[in-house]
Amino acid sequence: MGLLKTFVLGGIHPPENKLSANSPVRILEIPPQVVVPMGQNLGAPSKPVVKRGDKVKTGQLIAQASGFISSDVHSPVSGTILKIDSVMDMSGYRRPAFIIKVEGDEWMENIDRSETLITDINLNPEEIIAKVKEAGIVGMGGATFPTHVKLMISPGKKADYLIINGVECEPYLTADHQLMLEKGPEIIVGTKILMKALNVKQAVIGIENNKPDAIELMSALAVREEGITVQPLQVKYPQGGEKQLIKAITNREVPSGKLPVEVGCVVQNVGTAFAVYEAVTKNKPLIERVVTVTGKALKNPSNLKVRIGTPIKNLVEMAGGMPDDTGKIIGGGPMMGKALATLDVPVVKGTSGILIMRDEASHRLAEGPCIRCSKCTQVCPMGLEPFLLSRLARIGNYSSAEQEKVMDCIECGSCQYTCPANIPLLDYLRLGKSKVGAMIRGRTKK
Amino acid sequence: MNILTISGSPHLHGDNSTKKIMYGVVVALLPAMFIAIWYFGLGALQVIVLSVVFCLFFEWVIQKYLVKGPVTITDGSAMVTGILLAFNVPSNLPWWMVIIGALAAIGIGKMSFGGLGKNIFNPALVSRVFLLVSFPVAMTSWPKPSPVTKTLVDTITGPTPLGFIKEGLGAGKSLAELSQHLPSYAQQLMGQMGGSLGEVSALALILGGIFMLWKKIITWEIPVSVLVTVFVFSGILWWINPQHYTDPFFNLLSGGVMLGAIFMATDMVTSPMTRNGQLLFGFGIGLITMLIRVWGAYPEGVSFAILLMNAVVPLINNSFKPKRFGSARVAVMGK
Amino acid sequence: MSNVVLISVIVLGALGLVSAIILFFIARKFKVYEDPKFDEVEAVLPAANCGGCGYPGCRAFAEASTKNAGKEKNLDGFLCPVGGNEVMQKVAGILGLEVEEKDPMIAVVRCNGSYAHSPDKVKFEGVTSCSFAHALYAGKGGCQYGCLGLGDCVEACEFDAIHMSLETGLPVVNDKCTACGACVIACPRDIIELRKKGPKDKRIFVSCVNKEKGAIAKKNCEVACIGCGKCEKVCEFDAITITSFLAYINFANCKLCRKCVDVCPTDAIWEVNFKPRKPKPEAVRPKKIPAKETVSASAKKQEAFAEIKSIVSSNTEKSEK
Repeated sequence: MGLLKTFVLGGIHPPENKLSANSPVRILEIPPQVVVPMGQNLGAPSKPVVKRGDKVKTGQLIAQASGFISSDVHSPVSGTILKIDSVMDMSGYRRPAFIIKVEGDEWMENIDRSETLITDINLNPEEIIAKVKEAGIVGMGGATFPTHVKLMISPGKKADYLIINGVECEPYLTADHQLMLEKGPEIIVGTKILMKALNVKQAVIGIENNKPDAIELMSALAVREEGITVQPLQVKYPQGGEKQLIKAITNREVPSGKLPVEVGCVVQNVGTAFAVYEAVTKNKPLIERVVTVTGKALKNPSNLKVRIGTPIKNLVEMAGGMPDDTGKIIGGGPMMGKALATLDVPVVKGTSGILIMRDEASHRLAEGPCIRCSKCTQVCPMGLEPFLLSRLARIGNYSSAEQEKVMDCIECGSCQYTCPANIPLLDYLRLGKSKVGAMIRGRTKK
Repeated sequence: MNILTISGSPHLHGDNSTKKIMYGVVVALLPAMFIAIWYFGLGALQVIVLSVVFCLFFEWVIQKYLVKGPVTITDGSAMVTGILLAFNVPSNLPWWMVIIGALAAIGIGKMSFGGLGKNIFNPALVSRVFLLVSFPVAMTSWPKPSPVTKTLVDTITGPTPLGFIKEGLGAGKSLAELSQHLPSYAQQLMGQMGGSLGEVSALALILGGIFMLWKKIITWEIPVSVLVTVFVFSGILWWINPQHYTDPFFNLLSGGVMLGAIFMATDMVTSPMTRNGQLLFGFGIGLITMLIRVWGAYPEGVSFAILLMNAVVPLINNSFKPKRFGSARVAVMGK
Repeated sequence: MSNVVLISVIVLGALGLVSAIILFFIARKFKVYEDPKFDEVEAVLPAANCGGCGYPGCRAFAEASTKNAGKEKNLDGFLCPVGGNEVMQKVAGILGLEVEEKDPMIAVVRCNGSYAHSPDKVKFEGVTSCSFAHALYAGKGGCQYGCLGLGDCVEACEFDAIHMSLETGLPVVNDKCTACGACVIACPRDIIELRKKGPKDKRIFVSCVNKEKGAIAKKNCEVACIGCGKCEKVCEFDAITITSFLAYINFANCKLCRKCVDVCPTDAIWEVNFKPRKPKPEAVRPKKIPAKETVSASAKKQEAFAEIKSIVSSNTEKSEK
């Protein structure tokens, strides 16, 4: 295979712990009640179009995009809207959501529920983007940026590369891996649809070398298609970061503070590519997704296909139930995921995994003095100096932090992972980022 | 069920720790320590034990009774300082001088700045220079190495090769005449020459250096840039006038260059943070070392060179930034 | 010998003279005229440079107020919250103007979600910063509007006027408060409000900012405002308004009758500095939590908080302020 590509600056190699790597996707049964938050995307939350007591069918639009960076929300089940209330979601805050009582599973008539592979696409780019928008698709890697916005390239810019992100560099997570193994042909068609929508001639599917079966399968499928190639990559975290992946595959560097399209690239997750396939060929909105439920103490780490809005409690139960010595529940992967306060939060479009951690592994280690080993600087994939930025945030010198490019931080956590003195570097960096962000907003207002 | 913990990501931590790094350095120092005891006997052992014990003791006293903060002597940093201090003195140094040295290293070199991670200068070198200035005779009388000496304090003393050459040249002798009395390269590599107890064997030090590189405790930039600078600088002089200047291999193997380049200059706390900064730092050390060796009053200048470069580390850190992702500029100079 | 002395004296004297002449002309050429009143005004200001007046420091306030006084002949919009009326009178005196008496203000912490009232449901680990914790999660007790207890307000205070209580885990404002507003800005949850001190320091306010429905608010915290509206109904002076399940008492209309305090079912309305009332058969309810109760209930949490405090203080030390 020759020398495998990877990004240049920094990076770490955390233990992979892909416990659920060989478990095929199982379908989780629909719970008696689902909770569908209105704001499931980055940007403005959606506006409800149904009201309390309304009957809804599976796939019916229940909330509409409100603004440019926003997306539609569809009912993942059929039943009655019990109420529209504030419910705790992954963010740890109560936000408006639909609580839907499930009655049967009656789908919208226009959705094609067959498994047959459709490969012919006779739509023009505008029609594709419209379909993606109608299906309420967002980035499924976790960032939840509305996909149709990403496909609409601002005038004056030109994309020449579509990159499909099958890296899944987060330890533990295997949802994308299983999806590639099981829905390879669909992902390839989805890639073709995205290429057409973007009007690009080349697409690269980036997969890390720790998934040889996926690389083999996707390569075999891709040879038949013109313009699609599979690029095996060295295992290194955070290769799944948009900027790192572009650097690894095309050797182009997205300038500081700019979007990937600046260097002619658009990155989409494999899950997104699959959702796009379903939306465009089968009219199926984004109402279910594959979620990895994993953890060392779990009996049965699994990849589950679940309807949006299912409480994660049900997922954990399916994977063998909550272990007694659980100390932390994480929504997402261990490096960038969010610690949850309760299991009563629903799965949303961006939920790639649920990780249950043992109590002994859930706590921070005692913080020592910085010994200036510069390991944080060596591993930072953005070429920042986390030790310096954390110190600036600690003393409240936010203007210097801005000069030192704190806003470039992608919050991958490599610095904190590697710090021998256990300093909560990323905590300070986040603090710095939020304060500097507020400072910048204040300036632009004036 | 336990009460759940909420914290920001990442929720994993690597197996790096300050302790691991410090004890890694201790392990890397073992070959050189073995050679020292082999050649200088129990005197060397006495100096090492005294230095380590009293460095730990002074750190404990200062942390407990002066700073009144948590005591962290188990993190291994004081032990490293103790061993490095012992490596930088002659094996026949009187015991009370070693204790004074330990106090200077921990008290002046480290704790007065606020403890681990806050000192500007390498504590062991601060102490070595302190001792050199306070007790010049004791610090420059080197016992002759002879495998496993039985006596505790060896009374037969001789100069280091560097001191020998400097004195000889000063007395008007020619280099060819002097070099007949010098140990061979093989002897120098193994450590069969006069000198501070840890600096004599280049081979043992290189072994330790390779161990630290393998364990990712140090990076290659500083040692390589120091050694290359010394080699190139002395090579140029030797090429110009081989009658008067010693050859580059001699300069690499003699004196404290190896110890300094591998163990002292790479001290994390007192070295720059970025690759380019580290290269400049190493270059500065090599250059100043050679300037002192060739034109200075002292035969050896590694300690002074490292301390001088330690002083400019904050400046280097400010001037040399890592290559930022998404910026075309490499190593932004100044602001 | 005397020659040397003489020459030295002459040379040095000449040098001094020449320098003095040069300096004299330069000083005249570059002289900047400053209104002497700037200095006078600055002298009476508290020199805290807190920025509470909206200007970056006392000097800037002095300059701006003096200039404004010269142009507009009034001091509208200028108030030194730290010095209060006393200082503003002096400033006005210097500038030859008169100012109205302004009611003194004080910072009020509108959250009572102590360890006892809103028990911890999760454990927080991370930097001691409310801003950071605010972005991370709802809060230990589950209330997403309540105090996070990590002391951003304490760090912001320049006057040593706000401290974390070990018993409750909530900030407590003391008499040193100058109403500069630094803590109001520092609090990411807008819990702290500047309110008028009130006659003889008597004041009534709603000690809760939870905008959720009563059932949810009450689930997380037993002293939350549940928006029941009893206080609104009982108030004869239209001082109380309820928006999104939260009562707010407008100080301007409040006549300090304390009827609302009596009817509040969750003790969310606080009265401060009133004399204890005559015991009535029904309405006897402790309005302030007895200290003992909270101490015994949360000895463990106290320890936890002491830990947090030590981190806060060590952080402040590290910041070398």
